[in-house]
Amino acid sequence: MTLNKHKEALKVAFPYTIPVLTGYLMLGAAFGILMKSKNYSLIWTLMSSIFIYAGSMQFVSVGLVASGFNPISAAIMTLLVNARHIFYGIAMLPKFKGLGRKKWYLIHGLSDETFSILSSVKIPSHIDRAWFLFYITLLNQIYWVIGSGLGNLVGSIVSFDIKGIDFVLTALFVVIFIEQLLTKKSHLPEIIGAGSAIACRLIFGPDNFLIPTMILILILVIILKKPLERRT
Amino acid sequence: MPLSTSQSLIIFGIISLITFIIRATPFILFPDNKETPKYIKYLGKVLPSTIIAMLVVYCLKDVNVLAYPNGLPELISIGAIVILHIWKRSTLLSIGGGTLIYMALVQTVFI
Repeated sequence: MTLNKHKEALKVAFPYTIPVLTGYLMLGAAFGILMKSKNYSLIWTLMSSIFIYAGSMQFVSVGLVASGFNPISAAIMTLLVNARHIFYGIAMLPKFKGLGRKKWYLIHGLSDETFSILSSVKIPSHIDRAWFLFYITLLNQIYWVIGSGLGNLVGSIVSFDIKGIDFVLTALFVVIFIEQLLTKKSHLPEIIGAGSAIACRLIFGPDNFLIPTMILILILVIILKKPLERRT
Repeated sequence: MPLSTSQSLIIFGIISLITFIIRATPFILFPDNKETPKYIKYLGKVLPSTIIAMLVVYCLKDVNVLAYPNGLPELISIGAIVILHIWKRSTLLSIGGGTLIYMALVQTVFI
């Protein structure tokens, strides 16, 4: 691919990532500050954001190391917190087909936010599909790495009144959700997803409801296969 | 640091390895060169819409409607996003507007 084609893919990809830019810089900075508070320096923070790259798990990891050396509970905790990523993979199977080696980076970079963009984005026909997906994923991770690094370096010195800015990621999911409701005829998948999550949140509380939600969603989409297939 | 360098490396290493394995599992089970089972294809088609709905709820999981401010900042901001989005249909405007409204609410109204 020529340099111009790369530039074009990057240029078209960038606007999709702007909400994530804001959110990841801020949340990343919060993570960097948290690492700093446990005396983990810049290099640790950057390595975590490059190699783990799973926001909520990175926050949890700081609590884990602070509670002593326990590899088993770290492993179990990771499985519990990140189990939802299995769903992202299943959903992305067709889109990531035939992408060659780039696929393995796309898999590593499949965060909540990257997933929500990649699964909803309509790829312009004149743009190289693989590089377009690649650049969205890469840009998002770069924001996260830079945010966490900055937070670790200067976070505790500067403090703006930015309370509430993390809502930008909620807003991103809300907009993608509305867009789905507006463009699709059947709203049954959305009702299943929201209904299961709300029910499980009420029953299991805020910290343990994701796994039951995923199980409930799976059961419902299996039971409702006929009506779901008829309407999509 | 609460742990030594090597202990820290082990813990963070385990976390990153398992995270990658979880993300890669579907792609390892259903590689490109094999026909993906019909049922998995079906799940791949129907799951994304359900998961986005789940993620919205996940973001709002710590909202407590029974205690002040009763989820009002979130409710008002999301209401504004819905109106903005149906009206202008511009993703960035809806996200930016909704976030600014939320920030204004939690910084000045519902302190």
